[in-house]
Amino acid sequence: MVESSEVRVVRCGGSRINVAAPVISVDSRFLLCASGDLVKVFSTSTEEWVHVLQGHTNVVTGITLNPANQLQVYSSSADGTVRLWDFTDGILIKVQNAFQNAYPGLFTHHCPHFPPECLQLVAAHVPKTLEQEVEVRELSSVLPNISPNPRAVGFGREVRGWICLDTSCTFHLLFKLIYKSTKKGAKNTFTCVSCHPKDDCVATGHEDGKIRLWRNFNQKKEYTYTTLHWHHSVVNTLCFTPEGTTLLSGGIESVLVQWQYDRNSKYILPRLGGSITHISVSADGSLFTTSHSDNKITVIQSNLKVSAVIQGLVKGEAVHTDLVIDPRSKALVLNGKPGHLQFYSLQRDKQLYNLDIVQQEYIYQEGLDQYEVVKAAFDAHGSCLATVEERGKKLSDTEITLKFWDYNETAQSFVLNTTVMTPHDNRITSMCFFPTAETTMVVTTARDGCFKAWLLGQESDTEKQGTDGPSWSCDFVGRYHDLQPTNCCFSADGSLLAVSFQEVITIWNPETWELLTTLCQPPGNIKDLCFGRLSCSRYLLATTTKNMLCCWNLLTCSLEWSTSIAVTLLKADPLSENMAVFTLQKEQTDLFVFKPCEPRPLFTQNALCVGEVQRAIFVPREEPLDNCDESSLWLNRSQLYCLTENMVRFTARKHAVIDDSVAVTPFYLLLGKHRQREQEMCGLPVTEQQGRAQLPQGSVAVRELLHTAAHVLPPASFLCNMFVKSLLISQTGSEKEEEESEEEMDSCDAQQDRRVQGLGVETVPLISKAQERELKKVRRTDYSWLSCLSDS
Amino acid sequence: MGEFTVHRVRFFHYMPSGICAMAFNRRTERLAVARTDGSVELYSRTDHFFQEKVVPGRQQRSIQALCWVGKRLFGAGLSGEIAEFDLDNLRLKFSQDAYGGPIWSIVCNPQGTHLAAGCEDGTVKLFEILEDQIRFERNMGGQKGRIISLAWHSSGTKIAAGMIDMIKVFDLDSGNAVQRLLVERGSRMQQSQECVVWSVLFLSDIIVSGDSAGKVKMWDVNTGTLIKNHQVTEWDVLTLSVSQDETSLFAGTSEGTVVQFQLLDVVLGQEEKEWVRTRTFKNHTHDVIALAEADTVIISGGMDTQLVVRPLLDKLDFKSRDSSLLKILFPQRSLVSCAKKAGLLLFQYPTHLELWRLGDTEGHGPPGCILPVSRNPEKLLHLKIKGEDHVCCSAVAPCGEWIAYSTTSGIRLYRLQRDNKNVSITKVPKLPKVLRHAHQLCFSPDSSHLYGTTSSAVHVVALTSAGCKFEHSLKPKSGSTHPVRLLAVSSDGKFLASANSNSEIHIYNMHKLKAHCTVPVYRSGVSAMGIHPETNNLVIVHADHQIFEFSIEQMQYTDWSRRVQKEGLHHVWLERDTPVINVTFNPQNPNHVILHDSYMFCIIDQSLPLPDRKSQFHNQLTLKSLPEAERLKHSHAFKECKLYQPLLCVDMLENQSLVVVERPLLDITTNLPAPVRQKKFAT
Repeated sequence: MVESSEVRVVRCGGSRINVAAPVISVDSRFLLCASGDLVKVFSTSTEEWVHVLQGHTNVVTGITLNPANQLQVYSSSADGTVRLWDFTDGILIKVQNAFQNAYPGLFTHHCPHFPPECLQLVAAHVPKTLEQEVEVRELSSVLPNISPNPRAVGFGREVRGWICLDTSCTFHLLFKLIYKSTKKGAKNTFTCVSCHPKDDCVATGHEDGKIRLWRNFNQKKEYTYTTLHWHHSVVNTLCFTPEGTTLLSGGIESVLVQWQYDRNSKYILPRLGGSITHISVSADGSLFTTSHSDNKITVIQSNLKVSAVIQGLVKGEAVHTDLVIDPRSKALVLNGKPGHLQFYSLQRDKQLYNLDIVQQEYIYQEGLDQYEVVKAAFDAHGSCLATVEERGKKLSDTEITLKFWDYNETAQSFVLNTTVMTPHDNRITSMCFFPTAETTMVVTTARDGCFKAWLLGQESDTEKQGTDGPSWSCDFVGRYHDLQPTNCCFSADGSLLAVSFQEVITIWNPETWELLTTLCQPPGNIKDLCFGRLSCSRYLLATTTKNMLCCWNLLTCSLEWSTSIAVTLLKADPLSENMAVFTLQKEQTDLFVFKPCEPRPLFTQNALCVGEVQRAIFVPREEPLDNCDESSLWLNRSQLYCLTENMVRFTARKHAVIDDSVAVTPFYLLLGKHRQREQEMCGLPVTEQQGRAQLPQGSVAVRELLHTAAHVLPPASFLCNMFVKSLLISQTGSEKEEEESEEEMDSCDAQQDRRVQGLGVETVPLISKAQERELKKVRRTDYSWLSCLSDS
Repeated sequence: MGEFTVHRVRFFHYMPSGICAMAFNRRTERLAVARTDGSVELYSRTDHFFQEKVVPGRQQRSIQALCWVGKRLFGAGLSGEIAEFDLDNLRLKFSQDAYGGPIWSIVCNPQGTHLAAGCEDGTVKLFEILEDQIRFERNMGGQKGRIISLAWHSSGTKIAAGMIDMIKVFDLDSGNAVQRLLVERGSRMQQSQECVVWSVLFLSDIIVSGDSAGKVKMWDVNTGTLIKNHQVTEWDVLTLSVSQDETSLFAGTSEGTVVQFQLLDVVLGQEEKEWVRTRTFKNHTHDVIALAEADTVIISGGMDTQLVVRPLLDKLDFKSRDSSLLKILFPQRSLVSCAKKAGLLLFQYPTHLELWRLGDTEGHGPPGCILPVSRNPEKLLHLKIKGEDHVCCSAVAPCGEWIAYSTTSGIRLYRLQRDNKNVSITKVPKLPKVLRHAHQLCFSPDSSHLYGTTSSAVHVVALTSAGCKFEHSLKPKSGSTHPVRLLAVSSDGKFLASANSNSEIHIYNMHKLKAHCTVPVYRSGVSAMGIHPETNNLVIVHADHQIFEFSIEQMQYTDWSRRVQKEGLHHVWLERDTPVINVTFNPQNPNHVILHDSYMFCIIDQSLPLPDRKSQFHNQLTLKSLPEAERLKHSHAFKECKLYQPLLCVDMLENQSLVVVERPLLDITTNLPAPVRQKKFAT
């Protein structure tokens, strides 16, 4: 048992705070909102995050104040529990275990007899006990088939009636459990519902933007309604103020509309930014909050003045700009509001500010083609920013703008330096800055077949023009065989520029713009390109669309090693040699951290998360940690953050946990081969060599075949025969292997390493039965290890 | 269906006039509608809002208010006179000056004994209603400020009068104003502008007012305090109407909207009730000036000249013809008369007549094509009406040599001489004294006689080149005094059928000059009828779209008519909302009966089977796709043509061509005054 610090994946923030309607405390001082599996408590006046209610193991679906004690709050989560908290102190008071999926106040859960998308409205009788955990058994089904949207359920006066909307667009009114329904046409489908707190009046929002106030609904036929119409598209949410004097509504227009209940007048608060998804009102009606689709909560006073804005990580449709670190503020930079870049503090889980890139008024309307920021890059010191924005879905009407920004010390913000309209004729695929501060150069690659280098002009040039500073201009246009460039990357010292053209990687000298060499490893186009750093700077790594990870040695201009692995992302740590690779297997993402010069991964994490990791980045630590543990050494200087599909940000952090087994993964096995070869080259005796005389990588021919660029090889027909022969493995060797593997199930890493060394990418089709079994075993152990981890 | 040469006539510039007042009589279920040209129309609510009677207008007459007292209809206007309408003779019965300047409003008390008129001089004048006249009783009020609107409390002891910037409540016993409710424009900016109380309602415990600030205000009767204030529009609230049980009220605004308010429980099952604004109907483009509630429908009319009957769906239990929106825009009588032999059209305008000769063509072409016109249609005559009264009926003889028209004050007959290019007319003097004014005029097919009807009789005048001679007066046997709506003459001139507004049809033998027989009375009004040229069968179409065929010679319904009644008509046909205006026949095919209403004309082939209840009614397109052999099996008697709309007249000429008189809706709407400015979304 070796005491070491375990690396764990932590959901560190950026989760949506607009999932459920926030709750304002009775004294209007605190705002509680569900954020991932936490409940966060914010101050309504200072916008600061006061503390957090932690305990749920899955996404919190809703929160509501305890009507009996206004200083307590109930929260419900998708983990099936309802918890009661004291939110002023952040203490968990009670856990109720009842439901598979619960919404507060009105609990809904999946009914086993219905398909899972059908929710059932259930009334739960919560027993009054002092125990911490309560099992609620009394559930009375009220209505099947209700809409999964929590806005589709409303509470009537004195909890005598519930209103809810059906999935089949039916309006159910449960008044003393008597309900009736009104079928409506397609255009005026109900979207949300709210009940007047005092009168018998129900407000419903509709898809055509109308709000209807229903009254007189206990009579057979003579129900009647008033129509309020201001919204031009769907009404997302409705809320009555506690006194019932006003009705608040919000929709996609990002305008809060305050309707006078008994008069036909309204007040509007426009330009809130992002369509409104929830509205909630404090108990005294003095504060409103609106949740927005851009992950923001706005606190509004009752005189319709915005008093505070709580901004989470803006959730766009996709992160077009990769995750970028601003070297100056150490903030994470990515797409924010439409047309903006957001600067996001990772430490405080808070948005720092927005930089308006497009500088155009955004119109909240569906179907409009708007400018989007697609690329952003900083130079080494963070004094220059280059952005690319584009608009237009079709090629013919694409508008691309490249903008260069300078950091202005006095304004403490970026100021536009140069705008280049249509820098390329087609979409820009990648952009990178020159890594050192001597030269300010940006290279862009685009689908029009060329890459361009942009240089900041000299001071003397601008003096002639009489402008107030040097501006950017195009310095060089490079092409390679009319192929489309996909990626570009500077080496760490800036002496080399690698540009990948589909299958070929070209290496250029950025000083002279001379094509130095080309590297090629078919099949598959290059997806990611990355130079090694520090001691590994002689390596160039690339991933291809055909699931290959290749590493070239730039000194020999030959393939150092390659492996077949479904890589989704390849990221390099700017402060160390480490590289992180994310792979997708069986809809689960695995993480491997390795050094290009070393075959053994420093760290592996299986089942990092479900689904694909979209973006990831190494973020330098402010103070390097002093940790000598092998598995977490790579985290000493920087942390790895990644962004998953549902926009929850994970980070790998260190936790001091005792761990005695190091995971062995297929990737680990694959990389083992590389190490074996290194050992060979060093002339070290290889123990397994006798057992397997016909190892494929032992064959010089094969090695040559695989490590030579394709375009210099003789025809395949010539090589084929020799290649196939060399791959044959004798039967005896595998039997021996089997026995061995049976005996040494719990053998140490080094042994495992050597035993499975044969499983290179080239031999994958020829894995012997024994090796297969071995692999399975390895996987089994691996998963059990993982489950231990998750339990801990 | 047959092929016709169609004269598509678009030079009849018919222009309806705006509705300025409405009154609904709950007892007789009749709706009286006054238009800006001074005419008053009577619609029957029970008969699908069929226009039963029209009292023709008069220049300078403007009706501001209508009021039913029992079966009597009173009207008053800016001329300062209160008039009673004679609904049998379709004219004014009497009029009496109120001596208070222009009258803005009249109401009668719930007991039906007194009439109150709100005058320009600020007085409410009380009149006692006597048998044949009204008698001035006394004045109330009398300070400055005109009285715009009046409302009588159901107890009959109080009158609320809407004035400028205030409402006064008069006590009838003392004759004094007991309360003064100040109505102000809310905002400070507009306080200099006066606020006109356009409409006031006196409910049992509240007074409701609609004013030019766009507000509907509810006032407490006892304390005179404002209870509730609804801002309905930025423009004016022009009219208010309350249901009989006082649980729902409607307000008509300048924006063309009708807003409903309902008295609803604040909390279900508890006593407390509140007036809540509920629905908004927008069926008008212009000001809604008059509103009337008739139990399950709300009727609104205004400057855009159409009468909109909007059903209140919460009060209806099942879908029927009554549960659909009804818009009445075109007259339900024919304003065009056609000289079939001469090819002339006579258009009847309120103050003049126009005679046009139809164009001609020599071209031939496939169905649907437009033929080149060899001779343009020509306006032969523009005849201005003498006197102030408007035309109530007109006719042109089939030979085109005679034109006759009638106003409420007299009939004029002209002889028309047409040379090659010159048209000269001479007035025929010495018309018989009995024929002082006619409700319907009609010439015999050989142009030898003129038939004119008064409410009691049909008068026959013989026409010769020398002049005219009164021949006979035919009186119906029943002695009914209802005005005659329609006349139809058989093509041989032997029979004359007259239908009155009580849906009685009398048939006279014109050769023997005596009454021939009477058609059994059907419950719905006769909207159109015609006598078949060959069989002398009378085809009658009622307002509820039932069709009857009556054999005059055999004095009984024909077999076809019995079959129609037995099998029943198709529901699509019965649910049509505009009544049939005219019935003509196709001389080429005696089986064809041509009917038309405002939006289609229809040929009924009596030889074909009637449509099945389940079968497709509009089946012309499906028939076209079927092969010849199958067509006959699927075809039924009704063939509709909606190519030309809206229609004012469809008639067959003798030369086998069809005359279609259209009046495009756009031409009417462009001639209307501009509506109030409204902000429209995305403009």
